[in-house]
Amino acid sequence: MTETLFTNARLIDPVALSDDTGWLLVRNGVIASSGSGTPPKADEVMDCHGKCLAPGIVDIGVKVSEPGERHKESFRSAGRAAALGGVTTIVTRPDTDPPIDTPEVLEFVARRAAEYSAVRVLPMAALTKGRNGQEMTEIGFLMDAGAIAFTDCDRVVRDTKVYARALTYARSLKALVIGHVQEPILSAGAVATKGKFASLRGLPDVSPMAERMGLDRDISMLEMTGARYHADQITTARALPALERAKRNGLDITAGISIHHLTLNEFDVADYRTFFKMTPPLRSEDDRLAVVEAVESGLIDIICSMHTPQDEESKRLPFEEAASGAVGLETLLPAALRLYHEGQISLPKLFRALSLNPSKRLGLKSGRLLEDAPADLVLFDPDAPFVLDRISLQSKSKNTPFDGARLQGKVLGTWIAGKPVYRS
Amino acid sequence: MTFRANHLLGIEPLRPDEITALIDLADRYANDNRAGHAHKDVLTGMTQINMFFENSTRTQASFELAGKRLGADVMNMGMAQSSVKKGETLIDTALTLNAMHPDLLVVRHPNSGAVDLLAQKVNCAVLNAGDGRHEHPTQALLDGLTIRRAKGRLHRLSIAICGDILHSRVARSNIMLLGKMENRVRLIAPPTLMPAGAADLGVEVFEDMEKGLKDVDVVMMLRLQKERMDGGFVPSMREYYHRYGLDAAKLAHAKPDAIVMHPGPMNRGIEIDGSIADDINRSVIQTQVEMGVAVRMAAMDLLAQNLRARRKENQSVMA
Repeated sequence: MTETLFTNARLIDPVALSDDTGWLLVRNGVIASSGSGTPPKADEVMDCHGKCLAPGIVDIGVKVSEPGERHKESFRSAGRAAALGGVTTIVTRPDTDPPIDTPEVLEFVARRAAEYSAVRVLPMAALTKGRNGQEMTEIGFLMDAGAIAFTDCDRVVRDTKVYARALTYARSLKALVIGHVQEPILSAGAVATKGKFASLRGLPDVSPMAERMGLDRDISMLEMTGARYHADQITTARALPALERAKRNGLDITAGISIHHLTLNEFDVADYRTFFKMTPPLRSEDDRLAVVEAVESGLIDIICSMHTPQDEESKRLPFEEAASGAVGLETLLPAALRLYHEGQISLPKLFRALSLNPSKRLGLKSGRLLEDAPADLVLFDPDAPFVLDRISLQSKSKNTPFDGARLQGKVLGTWIAGKPVYRS
Repeated sequence: MTFRANHLLGIEPLRPDEITALIDLADRYANDNRAGHAHKDVLTGMTQINMFFENSTRTQASFELAGKRLGADVMNMGMAQSSVKKGETLIDTALTLNAMHPDLLVVRHPNSGAVDLLAQKVNCAVLNAGDGRHEHPTQALLDGLTIRRAKGRLHRLSIAICGDILHSRVARSNIMLLGKMENRVRLIAPPTLMPAGAADLGVEVFEDMEKGLKDVDVVMMLRLQKERMDGGFVPSMREYYHRYGLDAAKLAHAKPDAIVMHPGPMNRGIEIDGSIADDINRSVIQTQVEMGVAVRMAAMDLLAQNLRARRKENQSVMA
């Protein structure tokens, strides 16, 4: 029996939405008890010096570029980056090369992950073969092999017949389907959000309404099929009332957002900085403020990093031709803490979106500081300031929009099942 | 020296006094060109490379002539059918060219921002000859010079820019330049060819040609590309001409002495009536072409001066 006692900690509890000083006892990899009075005796004591102890982050939608592009990111490098970033579970995307659309490829991924990743890995699989939107994958076999959810990532299943059948089949297996809610034809070729900025820079743009249209379609599909559904990224104010209505009508729907859309806006692209090219494109400041509020209220459930490693070659191109996406595992927490420091979201509510809600959505017991929950923990100093140097990132790819940014918040330690995987 | 920039990438970063300096010098070159005075010494010993990733006859010829008039060694690289097609990236192309030590690089590229990207990787002076839908600074400067010569000033004029504004880098550069010089700019276009947020750019927006042209001093027409007609952005060529083509009836709403401009090449009978384009009392389209050479001479002259000064500074630092 191994016991570790975390004392003198600011316990960030996303269930009770509390933020109080206290102690937490870990026994045999799970949380045994916690409290605020005199702590019990334990074999090992970890004095947290008043820093924050929170449930580890569960990051839905991480791209590890295995198989296919291991030079961009491997399970070893992604695992290290996650541990450093306080991410204890990464939920990987199937948009690899080849895509993860058969149990065989999924087993390869699971094996590589088990061997090399410092943190827990839960793989997702494609919803349709080759992510081509034409035939559904072997959803049952893939679930048996460990697929935690099904998504074609940034590709939309355009054929509503195919989509309806896939959703219906997934519903019978209680599989979670993750959709990308950007109307694909209106969005085709667009690299910026319609408005003054795109017009000034002369970039092909798309109306933010494309997101509402995509969400409206998927909500109709849910009413039709009853599937369990998560919208990958809701990034515009216009989409929020539709999401709110769908939830009120009792549909099994949740929504996420990437940390980049929560903390950056379209003007950050400035003079065609391709590290700020995202899918969907960064939005207006009005939209950003609206989605920050939606995370605070809980309408948007989950914050993710949408970690997308890209090498220099694919980013050092004219903006329209450059690859999309940014790495985010290590910067997710400090970037999210910007919202805390600006007084927009409390720490418990941040961890509700970073840890609790993704765990609940995936049916995991992690993400909370409750008895019997796995002791997946992050200890961090929310105030420690630093200037990010992208070269210091653990990810093989260094495409972060926060290079040179002044951030606050440093991870001091990360534990998985009570075992440290990172200590600063 | 007013104009201190290393490159001419767009109008947006320029100050009004820099614009005036460029236009003043271009004005002198225009007079000299007419008088047949040569300036072979200005760019002697300098190499100018024209890199056009998008086909162009007029702009490329104008830059070539401007360089030759100033005594530069000019080389044209038709990038539209070269190594880029073989998969070389823009940056590699830039580094390859940079190793040949050119002094002036004139670049046109189909992607917005591509010329900025290239300019970061070379140590010569870069002139943007048009990047995607972003900017075409020498076109706006030559338009400014043409207006100033026709109207006697380049401020407090009412200027209408008409046509395919959405896809036009000429329009963007002109909105910037005319705004910085304190003119009233109006944009006239069907809503499908008007960029989003146009009203936030410090201009007035019109969908009706006759209302938009009311009492303007300058009518600037834009080219409508063939592939954008026929149901794509407008229903048909003939409907576009009927509603947005410049003919005598529509021009009658402008001031009686309003001038008509077009960056070329023109689609007669689509965006402009042939008889207006040829009307020597109204049309300054040929003058625009003439001023184009003068403006490019001025821009390359000033950039070359700055380049020489920078190199001298570097040498003295090394010594």
